[in-house]
Amino acid sequence: MTVTATAPPAADERLSKPRVMDQLVKRPEIGAMLGALLVFLFFSVVTEQFLSMGGAATWLDDASMLGIMAVAVALLMIGGEFDLSAGVMTASTALVTALLATQLGLNVWLALLVSLAFALAVGALNGWLVMRTGLPSFIVTLGSFLALQGLNLGVTRLVTGSVQVSGMRETAGYESAGFLFASTFQIGGTSFYVSIIWWVLFTVVASTVLLRTRFGNWIFAIGGATQSSRAVGVPVVRSKILLFMTTAFAAWLVGSINILRYASVQANQGIGLEFQYIIAAVIGGCLLTGGFGSAVGAAIGALIFGMARQGIVYAGWNSDWFQLFLGVMLLAAVLVNNMLRRRAERVRR
Amino acid sequence: MTSLIETEDIGKTYGSVIALSEVSTVVNAGEVTCVLGDNGAGKSTLIKILAGVHQHDQGTFKVEGEEIRFSSPREALDRGIATVYQDLAVVPLMSVWRNFFLGSEPTTRFGFLDSKKGKAVTKKALSDMGIDLRDVEQPVGTLSGGERQCVAIARAVHFGAKVLILDEPTAALGVKQAGVVLKYVAQARDRGLGVVLITHNPHHAYPVGNRFLLLKRGRALGSYEKSEIDINELTKQMAGGAELEALEHELRGVEA
Repeated sequence: MTVTATAPPAADERLSKPRVMDQLVKRPEIGAMLGALLVFLFFSVVTEQFLSMGGAATWLDDASMLGIMAVAVALLMIGGEFDLSAGVMTASTALVTALLATQLGLNVWLALLVSLAFALAVGALNGWLVMRTGLPSFIVTLGSFLALQGLNLGVTRLVTGSVQVSGMRETAGYESAGFLFASTFQIGGTSFYVSIIWWVLFTVVASTVLLRTRFGNWIFAIGGATQSSRAVGVPVVRSKILLFMTTAFAAWLVGSINILRYASVQANQGIGLEFQYIIAAVIGGCLLTGGFGSAVGAAIGALIFGMARQGIVYAGWNSDWFQLFLGVMLLAAVLVNNMLRRRAERVRR
Repeated sequence: MTSLIETEDIGKTYGSVIALSEVSTVVNAGEVTCVLGDNGAGKSTLIKILAGVHQHDQGTFKVEGEEIRFSSPREALDRGIATVYQDLAVVPLMSVWRNFFLGSEPTTRFGFLDSKKGKAVTKKALSDMGIDLRDVEQPVGTLSGGERQCVAIARAVHFGAKVLILDEPTAALGVKQAGVVLKYVAQARDRGLGVVLITHNPHHAYPVGNRFLLLKRGRALGSYEKSEIDINELTKQMAGGAELEALEHELRGVEA
C-alpha cells in the first residue's frame, strides 16, 4: 500500500469547535420559538386583553386554522415541493360538503366522506402531475389553484345561483359532525374551539412521522437530494404523491371545520391563504429548497401569525401594520434559515 | 472460482451513437478492476450497465456465472452490486446516520425509527472501515468531500454489497483526501469485495488496482493485469501515447 493517509484525528479537531452551532442547525424551529416568545411578551405588555383567557382563545383559534395547513405544507416543503392550491382547497372541500348536504340532502357524515375522497383525489392528481411531467410544482399547482378557483365559483353559481352555500344547520348529521369539528370546550369559564385540539394533534402526528419513522426520513431525503434517494431505493414518486395527499387532507380538515362552524361557505374563500401557509412554514424553519424544516416549527410559525394578527387588533392599531410585521418576520426568518443551511451544507474539501 | 462480474464483448448504442462496443472485463472478489479513460470514453455507459441503469444490447453480462440483464438499479442492488456515484452519494442536510441507513432504516417493534441502534451501528460500521467520527448526528454536508465518499462506501459495504462500483470517487478531491478515499477502497477490497474503480487518473488507479481496462471512444484500448504494465506505460496509454508526444512538440514550439 502506498497510501497511508490518516484523516480521523484531524476530523475530530475540526468537529469539536462548531458544536454549539451544529446543535442549532439540527433544531430548525429555534428561531421561530424565539420569535414567538418575543411576540407573546410584546403583546402581553402592550395590551390588556392579550393575556386574558378570552384573548388567548381568540389568537389560539386564529393560529389553529392556519397551523393545521402550515404543518402539512411544511411536510410538503421539506419533501421539496409547493402546493399553491392548498388555500383554495379549503374552500373546495367545504363547498363539496355543503353542496352535497344542502342540495342533494346527503347526511353530513356521508358528504364529509365524499369531500375527503375528492380532496385526496385532487392531492394525488397534483402529485402525479408533478412527478409525471417533471415540471416545478409551483407551476403545476398554480394551474390547479386557478382551476379549483374557477370550479368553486362556477359550480356554486350554477347550482345555487349565488356565490355562497348556506343552510347547513338544517341538514341531517350536522349536530354530531359539528361536535367533532366545530364545538367548543371550557377551560376556566372560557370557551376554546376544538380546532385548537385538531391543530395540536395534527402537529404531534406530523412531527412524529417526520422524525421517528422511515417515511419521515424519506421526506427529508427526497427534498434534500432526489436522485441520491432514488439511488438507494427510496420510493420517490410514491412518497411525493403521499405528501400532496397529506396537504389535501389538511385542507379537507380545515374546510370541514369552517363549514360546520359557520354553516355557510363563500365560493371565493381561501384565496391567498396558500402564501400564508408557506410563510408560516418558512418562519418555522423550512427551507424553500426542501430537505430541511420542522413540523413543530411550522405550528409555531402559525402561532406567531395568530398572536400578531389578534394582538394588533387588541392594541387598537390599524390592521395594515400586520402586513409590515409579516414582511419583516419573513425576511428575518429567511435570513436565519439561509445562514443555518450554509453552515450545514458547507463543503470542505 | 467464478468471477463476480464478467462481461464479454459488451456493447451499447443510443440511437445511432455507439457509446460502447466490444468491451470485455472481469471483476473478482478481493480485487480492484480499474476502468480508465478520458471524458466520453464510455466509462459511464459501462458502469451504468453494470449498475442496472441501462441495458446492454450486445455481448454477454454475467453475474456470478449467470447471464443477466438488469431492469433497474434496485435489481442490481439485490444481486449485491452497489454503486457510489460521484455527486449522488449522500443527502447533505441529513445527519450521517440517517444517510447511512437511508432506504434501509432500522425500526423498533412499533414501526418507529430505532435511532439508538441506527447511530450505534453507523458508528461501528464506520469505525470498522477506519473512519472515526465523533458525532454521527452531524449533517453529512459538514464532512469533507472525501469523508462523504467514505460514508457512502462504508454504507455499501455494510449492506452486504459484493461488488462496489465507484464512479470517479477521487475526481473532485485534493491529493490528501484522494489518498484517504483510496485507502478505503483498499479496505473494501481486503474485506473480499470486488471493486470497480472508475477514474481518469492513473496515479490513483495504479496503487490499488489489480487489473486495468482502458477505454477510448467507446472501445477497449487495452486490458492489463498489474504485472503486465507499469505506471508510466499506463499513463502513456491513457493519454493516448503518440498524440501526447505530438502535443508536447507543439507546446515546445510555442515556448521557443
